[in-house]
Amino acid sequence: MTTSSSGELPLLTEHDIVLGRQSVRRLAQEQGFSLVDQTKLVTAASELARNAVVYGGGGTLKWEILTEGIKRGLRLTFSDSGPGIADMSLAMTDGWTSGSGMGLGLTGSRRLVNEFDIESTVGVGTRVTVTRWK
Amino acid sequence: MGEFLLVTIQVDMHDQLALRLQDDLTSAIEKKSAKGVLIDISALEMVDSFIGRMIADISGMARILDAKTVLVGMQPAVAITLVELGLSLPGVLTALNVERGMQLLRRVLNDVGSDDHFIQR
Repeated sequence: MTTSSSGELPLLTEHDIVLGRQSVRRLAQEQGFSLVDQTKLVTAASELARNAVVYGGGGTLKWEILTEGIKRGLRLTFSDSGPGIADMSLAMTDGWTSGSGMGLGLTGSRRLVNEFDIESTVGVGTRVTVTRWK
Repeated sequence: MGEFLLVTIQVDMHDQLALRLQDDLTSAIEKKSAKGVLIDISALEMVDSFIGRMIADISGMARILDAKTVLVGMQPAVAITLVELGLSLPGVLTALNVERGMQLLRRVLNDVGSDDHFIQR
C-alpha cells in the first residue's frame, strides 16, 4: 500500500468542521468515489471532526490518498489532545453519549467506512483513523 | 386561520447556524400562528447526527406549538447514509418534494378535524 498524496487541516472551531467536510467531499470526488460513497465519507468526517472539536478540545484532520494494486482509497485521521476516552466499549455503544449529541458519532461513522481504528489514552488524547476504498 | 412556513436550507450549515434556525423557526411558528412547517433540504449534500437531531428537535418543538413539520427533498444518497448512520428520524414526517409535502400537511391537518378551508392556496 502506498500513499500518493496527503495533507493536514486544523480542527479548532465549528467552521473547521464545515471546511473539513468540504475538503473530504472534494478529495472523494477527485478519486472518483460514487455519490453515495462520497456522502458516507463526508458524513463520517463530520461526526469525527465534531468529536475532535467538541470533546477533544480541537485537533487535526490528516488525509491520505492510498493506492493498493488497482484499488484506491481515502484515509482520514482525526487526532486530538483532549481528555481521552476512559471506557472504550461504552463509547462504542450505539446511543451512548457523554455530551449533548445522539451518541451516534463513533458507532455511526464506523458503519460508514470500510476500516475504522480508534486509539485513546486518558489524559493524552484520541486518534480515530477511517478508510474507505473505491 | 393558519399558514404554512417553508424553510429552504441552502448552505452547508455550521452547528451554531443550525441552532439559530431552530430558534428562528419556533419564533416564526408562534408569530405567524403557522399550522404547518415544510423544511426543504434538497440542497443539503449531507445530514449528520447533529443536523438530524436539529431536524428532529424542530419537529418536536413545532408539535408542542401545535404545528406539523414535514421534511422534504432529501437526496437519496443522504437518505442511504442517514439510515446507515443509525438515524431514522422517528416522528418526523417526510415527503419527496415541496408539492407532496404540502399535500401531506393538508391531509394530516384535515385528519385531526381542522376546518377544511383554512389553508390559503
